[in-house]
Amino acid sequence: MTENNNNDNTEAGTGGPERVLGTPSSEAEESVVSSASTEAEHEGPYPASETHAHPEEVQRRGEKIASLWFVIAFLGGIGFLVSYFLFPPNAEDVPAIADPQIGQYSNMLLGGTLTIALFGIGAGMTVWARSVMPHYEVASPYDELPSSEEEKSSFGAFFMKGADESGFTRRPLMRRTLIAAMLPLGLAPIVLLRDTGPLPGDKLKNTAWENGVRMVVEGTHRFIKAEDLENSPNGMITALPFVPHGDGHGEGEEGEYTEEDFHLSLNEKAKSVIMLIKMPDGDFKSGMNEVVETVDGEERTRLNWTHNGIVAYSKICTHVGCPAALYERTTHRILCPCHQSTFDASNAAEVVFGPAHRPLPQLPIGVDDEGYLIATGDFPEAPGPTFWDYAKD
Amino acid sequence: MSKTTQAPKALRGVGNFIDDRFHLAKTGEKNLRKVFPNHWSFMLGEIALYSFIILLVTGVFLTLWFKPSMAEIVYDGSYERLQGVEMSEAYASTLYIDFDVRGGFLVRQIHHWAALIFVASLVVHMLRVFFTGAFRKPREINWLIGVGIFTIAIVEGLFGYSLPDDLPSGMGVRILQGVIMALPLVGTYISMFLFGGEFPGDVIITRLYMLHILLLPALLLALIVAHFMILWHQKHTQYPGTGKTNKTVVGTPMFPGFAVKAGGFFFFTFAVSAGLAGFVQVNPIHLFGPFTPTSITSGLQPDWYMGFLEGSLRIFPNTFDLSPFGYAIPTAVLVPGLGVMGLLFGGLAVWPFLEAWITGDRRAHNVADRPRNAPVRTALGVAGVTAYGVMWLAGSNDILSETFSIDLYLTTYIFRASIIVGPIIAFIVTKRICLGLQRRDRDTLEHGYESGVIQQLPSGEFIEVHKESSQDTVDALLSKPTITSTVLEEEVDDKGVESPHKRKPMGRLRRALAHWYTKDNVSFEGVEPHSGHHLHHSAEEKESAVH
Repeated sequence: MTENNNNDNTEAGTGGPERVLGTPSSEAEESVVSSASTEAEHEGPYPASETHAHPEEVQRRGEKIASLWFVIAFLGGIGFLVSYFLFPPNAEDVPAIADPQIGQYSNMLLGGTLTIALFGIGAGMTVWARSVMPHYEVASPYDELPSSEEEKSSFGAFFMKGADESGFTRRPLMRRTLIAAMLPLGLAPIVLLRDTGPLPGDKLKNTAWENGVRMVVEGTHRFIKAEDLENSPNGMITALPFVPHGDGHGEGEEGEYTEEDFHLSLNEKAKSVIMLIKMPDGDFKSGMNEVVETVDGEERTRLNWTHNGIVAYSKICTHVGCPAALYERTTHRILCPCHQSTFDASNAAEVVFGPAHRPLPQLPIGVDDEGYLIATGDFPEAPGPTFWDYAKD
Repeated sequence: MSKTTQAPKALRGVGNFIDDRFHLAKTGEKNLRKVFPNHWSFMLGEIALYSFIILLVTGVFLTLWFKPSMAEIVYDGSYERLQGVEMSEAYASTLYIDFDVRGGFLVRQIHHWAALIFVASLVVHMLRVFFTGAFRKPREINWLIGVGIFTIAIVEGLFGYSLPDDLPSGMGVRILQGVIMALPLVGTYISMFLFGGEFPGDVIITRLYMLHILLLPALLLALIVAHFMILWHQKHTQYPGTGKTNKTVVGTPMFPGFAVKAGGFFFFTFAVSAGLAGFVQVNPIHLFGPFTPTSITSGLQPDWYMGFLEGSLRIFPNTFDLSPFGYAIPTAVLVPGLGVMGLLFGGLAVWPFLEAWITGDRRAHNVADRPRNAPVRTALGVAGVTAYGVMWLAGSNDILSETFSIDLYLTTYIFRASIIVGPIIAFIVTKRICLGLQRRDRDTLEHGYESGVIQQLPSGEFIEVHKESSQDTVDALLSKPTITSTVLEEEVDDKGVESPHKRKPMGRLRRALAHWYTKDNVSFEGVEPHSGHHLHHSAEEKESAVH
């Protein structure tokens, strides 16, 4: 307010009320207040000194403009109704909104006409308020907020008398047992939530991967052979475990696998999806020599979990669980596009940048007798977002 | 103007019918006479209220077709490009709204735009209240309700964003689940209970739907009604000016002026939402495809109000992660994911009480501060805005990196530095600007305003003619409160004994804060309005010109 006045050269010094943008200049208002409508003739709900009526010609012009806006709004509203019936929702041979392009036109027409209708009403009402109605600046008292001491003490005395009479303060046995009676009921809603889900148990730590499970290229029904990685343009393939239903052999005709066999639940996908990465000879770094298990007294390293330079990592970022889907072949870096945690695929998926807590778990892999890539076990620790006891068995 | 006559018979009939039952004539008149001070910044909260109404109306429309089900189906609807694709019923029904329901696409986009506008207007409205000190006594409770509305609105928005089950929406839920999982001890349990098992499970959308259309809107509605009733009861704050005091409010009465203006403004808000929905595509879920936990696209961006959390998750390093006894405490998830939110909402909630504690101010304030007149508060606010802004920008660092060809990791380092340095610089600069503006106010008060007219005096000297400011300006400037703290005043009690509290750590901290809060201010003491020599120059000149 004051900023306006500081810069408003025409207004300053007149001591008049602040001019609101869009209202006629103050001279007109002033003259009306002082001459045209004297207090005796004033008929509005507020005293003339607080009412700044516009001259009749301004009001008449305002009425015309407001009406024009309302007419525009009316036409917009008609246009909206017409636009609605212009395109059927789904029809043969006629433009229907099922076609995205037509849908777009329908959306623009409906949105455009609705905007005109709404804007017209808003604009008309604003012109009405600003040009036809007088501009009021009315003073009114703020309520005195704290009650008077008298009222307060009267209330306090009444309340305490009532409370004493009720016996709530004087009869502790009743009071305490009532509070005790409330407690279990207060717990009940929380207890009732128990069946919203199972306990975690070790569900998060086990996936569908186990020794001998084949891999399927995500989104296809194709098993993966080691050579596939040579031909893969990105040097990376996203794969899922193949968990056939029934006895493990195809149940379709002639032992073919059915569509059903390739189906994997989203829960399982979210846990077990892996990236297979082909690492050129000699590019593995020292992190891969870490001893990860002992089989028959023989120490085995992460390199033993690879096959022909192919290494498999969980695709789910250990930060908050986005798929870490971007692989840069030249630097061997895996980047999660959500929060940019970066893992070094050549070095046991060590975190080289970003907020992730730990490396992506590595899946031990090998080949079966038919030459298909298989897992040779489950992830050594829980894949996915890092949680409190992810590393515990 | 027609003569004030009796109300038409029909209206009188209705009025009497109601009054016979509720005795409302006096209350009714009092409320129709309710005075609303005029200022553009008082309309920000109105935008929030109106967009909330738009959200309720459009939301009801969307529920007519939306199916909050995660059952997997193969799509065979009208949108050809996704036919044969496996998806959830939620996603399929959203496609149905877009491509089979006339106006469905429009209403869904109005709903989304109105949500963006709702949160944006809440933020700007809160900033207005903060910077003008309108949260002070007696309005602290309404401020707290406002913080509650803001918090719930963000959660409500996130849940709504998650319902269509398109790729980015599912990824938002995934990030939420990842953050929950990071909680020590209880994380996996909460996640299991919330999702009814492992992620994504088959109930989360049904549950979020219930929260989004029933529980949270009910809470919002209740809080908004309470917010409005308190505002109505206490009356609106006003900016300083002629006749505007802590005892008297000056403005437009509810009836008829304010009611028509506010009504018009509702239609403007709706028109903007509808216009954006018609011509600016938002959240085109049919282009994103259904959610699958194994796929993602780069350059994903959440709705704007989640951007600051996304940014803080991106820039907070894993340096402080703990692994006690082989357990994991990923602070790089907990601090940015939950700590930042706690800091924001907690800080906002605590501030009115902290400021009152620092200044010892127990008076009721109905005249709002001009931000410059409370330099430390204003500077703190701008520092907070800066921190928020840095995090928000960091939420799109991949896009910034690509657009401006900056190394991705370098942007992260820049943001890590900015989040510390930025608010400090912002604080210092803002405070100096405030003090500079105070000085200018004093000049204006003393010398009037610069008219832009250059005069040459007989002596050959050039001067700029200063003119007297309006009474309103003078009154506004003169009303500048002196920032003091009672904590600094009461050195000794009436017996000359220093209060023992002052020597305790809390007392010392309080004194230090009070000193910091009050030390820099431009004093207006002894300044007489329009007493400066510039004015006298021009006055003399005028006189000599007349003679």
